[in-house]
Amino acid sequence: MYTKLSRTAFAGLAAALLATAALALPAQATNLRMAWSQDATGLDPHAQTAFSSLRLLELIYEPLVRNDTNLDVVPAIAESWEFSADGLTLTFKLDPNAKFSDGATVTSADVKASFERLLDEATGAAARSNFLSIASIDAPDDATVVFNLSQPDAPLLVAMASINAAIVPAKAIADGSVATTALGSGPFVLDSWEPNSREELSVNANWAGGDIAYDGITISVLPDETAILASLRAGQTDFALINDPLVATLVPNEPNLQLNAVPGLAYNVLQLNPSRPPMDNLKVRQAMSCAVDRQDILDTALVGEGKVTGPLTMPAYASDPSTLFCYEQDLEKAKALMAEAGVDGFSAKVIAATGEPPVASAEAQVLQSQLAEIGIKLEIELMELNVYVDRWLAGDFDMAVALNGGRTDPYPMYNRYFTKDGNLLKVSNFTDDEIDSLLQQGRVETDIAKRKEIFQQFEARLTELSPWIWLSTSNIYTAQLKTISGFESSATGTLFGLTKVTLGQ
Amino acid sequence: MTYLARRLVTFPLILLGVSLLVFFSIRMIPGDAITAMLGTEAGLLTPVQRQALAEYFGIDQPAVVQYGRWLWGVLQGDLGLSVTYGKPVLSIILDRFPLTLELALLSMVIALGVGIPAGVLAATRSERPADVMVRILAMLGQSTPGFVIGLVIIYVLSVYFGFIPAMGSFASLWSDPLANLGQLIFPAITLGFAFAASVTRISRASMLDVLSDDYIRTARAKGASARSVVWHHALPNALIPVVTLSGVEFGYLLGGAVIVEQIFALPGLGRLTLDAIGQRDYALVQGCVLFIALNFLVVNLLVDLAYAALDPRIRLGAR
Repeated sequence: MYTKLSRTAFAGLAAALLATAALALPAQATNLRMAWSQDATGLDPHAQTAFSSLRLLELIYEPLVRNDTNLDVVPAIAESWEFSADGLTLTFKLDPNAKFSDGATVTSADVKASFERLLDEATGAAARSNFLSIASIDAPDDATVVFNLSQPDAPLLVAMASINAAIVPAKAIADGSVATTALGSGPFVLDSWEPNSREELSVNANWAGGDIAYDGITISVLPDETAILASLRAGQTDFALINDPLVATLVPNEPNLQLNAVPGLAYNVLQLNPSRPPMDNLKVRQAMSCAVDRQDILDTALVGEGKVTGPLTMPAYASDPSTLFCYEQDLEKAKALMAEAGVDGFSAKVIAATGEPPVASAEAQVLQSQLAEIGIKLEIELMELNVYVDRWLAGDFDMAVALNGGRTDPYPMYNRYFTKDGNLLKVSNFTDDEIDSLLQQGRVETDIAKRKEIFQQFEARLTELSPWIWLSTSNIYTAQLKTISGFESSATGTLFGLTKVTLGQ
Repeated sequence: MTYLARRLVTFPLILLGVSLLVFFSIRMIPGDAITAMLGTEAGLLTPVQRQALAEYFGIDQPAVVQYGRWLWGVLQGDLGLSVTYGKPVLSIILDRFPLTLELALLSMVIALGVGIPAGVLAATRSERPADVMVRILAMLGQSTPGFVIGLVIIYVLSVYFGFIPAMGSFASLWSDPLANLGQLIFPAITLGFAFAASVTRISRASMLDVLSDDYIRTARAKGASARSVVWHHALPNALIPVVTLSGVEFGYLLGGAVIVEQIFALPGLGRLTLDAIGQRDYALVQGCVLFIALNFLVVNLLVDLAYAALDPRIRLGAR
């Protein structure tokens, strides 16, 4: 009796164990656990421009081409491309294996419909301004797309490497589901999205870009970055985006964590408003540029994380900062310039957004103390980001501490601010014939070496005229457990490198 | 009309006032849904593009027209669509509310469970070491901001124990009660700490008051045991100010304890409202505030009813 009972019990126990093991198996589906503090604000790749939205959508959608980690243009949906000799047509051959996550092949009709949607003003796509040289689009066969241009446009290809030019299915455009259902041809499929809480992504089995070594990504929104650090430390998060340099500097102290830092394209800048006296005086602006110690701002406000930069932040075009106008602090020269301008100090207000970037108010304070040396009294106005953006877009400020987004090509990065028909001219309040002409020359020039020369002149001229005082680039940070390997950082901040990651044990 | 009915009739009027206030004040803040979504890139839009987006977000009409439309919807039980979630506002709120309710209840249990006994203990040992200790702790609890306690808890747990409540992947009470409790207990302690401190101080003061009343002396004279005097005769009367405090505090917790939800990454009502304001998701902000106001009204009503139950001398609605 006794043995029989215990045998039954044993069998029951074994069965229970087996059952738990069976149940435990699917739970062990290997997901990369990711955390970030700011969530995407929407799913329409053509309408979203926020950094956090782009990071999510880059995992789901694909453009025709993308930037690799050296910022060179490489194939994505397009297999190959070619400009005509006169620079007026751009022809793409599509990858025949490219499929949307529902299994449908990506055809030239999808590409044509996507770009027409992007160019339609009713879409409200901010990136539309980069594609205005597109006069018409032909789709001679399923795998060929021809863009007919109204004028040669060298940066067009680079602009197409943005997720803002993602290819969405023509049928999703027709039935109006682009903003609500994410159906792309990218490496992952969005299974669920609870805004400001979490996202579940699974691997897109139809992705043409290769195999991924795990099953999906779980993204948690942890609004407090110190909590993200704690979660990494406790091994509950595998991979995280970090914005705050102060938090980032703490990561290397943890034996189980690794920090990935890469200089970004976005730049910290003190924007002057040259339409307001005395900043309308070139000498005053130059004096301010000479009075600022860029390295000191970087060391104190940004805890040394980043590097001093001129207007061009992409390594392929950037000049050595020491060759630019007054990049070493020179107080004597600054005072002399102020005297020449006949201005004996003045007061001004500088606007800055709270927490965006996290170092904005610290930067403003260091600038305040540095400019005080030549008799300029700064009053700092800190405000919430949306309020700041409104004031900034209206050009309603004496000076603004800003973190402006970068581009991989100089033309789309600055034409909006400094050409005479730029959309953001109201923000810069500044035009100059030579700057305008240099930007136009750079736009139509397709020879890389000549473009570099043109943009070096542009950069030298811009820093000498000092409508803004360019300060530094910040680093883009990700932090990960040391068990994770293979992630490649990029200056654009893209998380596309996650496709190459392997999760170790 | 009974007291209850009269109170219920005033609810819609108060809610109407709240809705008006919120509707127009949030529209007075600079920045709209378009700049919230596009940030500085919003400057790249042409006027036609901006108009198209304004129509999409429903902010192309004058505010009064928008209010009229919204109110008409609310009367039919439709709080509108959230533009960030693309879902009905009511369903989002009902999705997030159970967490906040649970957190509030848990904090309340902690606060009352710790606060009342501590207060009674301090009152019965007035001016003795135990009393002084309790008072010092209560002072500490009241003067330490919640986010400091929250961060200290996270720091201590993660650094010294390599443990942290699983943040960001919230388990509901029904799907996994144990994991759910594990996630809520620390935020609840964080919130309950200051709350417990207030409860301690109020119950101590009120207990001291009651203990000097005549009827307590009578009870003692009749030979009731010390324990019975304290717990049966004195406590129910001493609880009235505690109920008032708890009502206010609970109503506040139901509005979502924003900072604690932020630190512990809990998807509750507080964070929902804060994010909605940041993203200028007008319909969602209006819906959340209206819901929170309704919570306050209901809790206040319950508090009033509890008075009557605790002290029969209080007759509600008597003129």
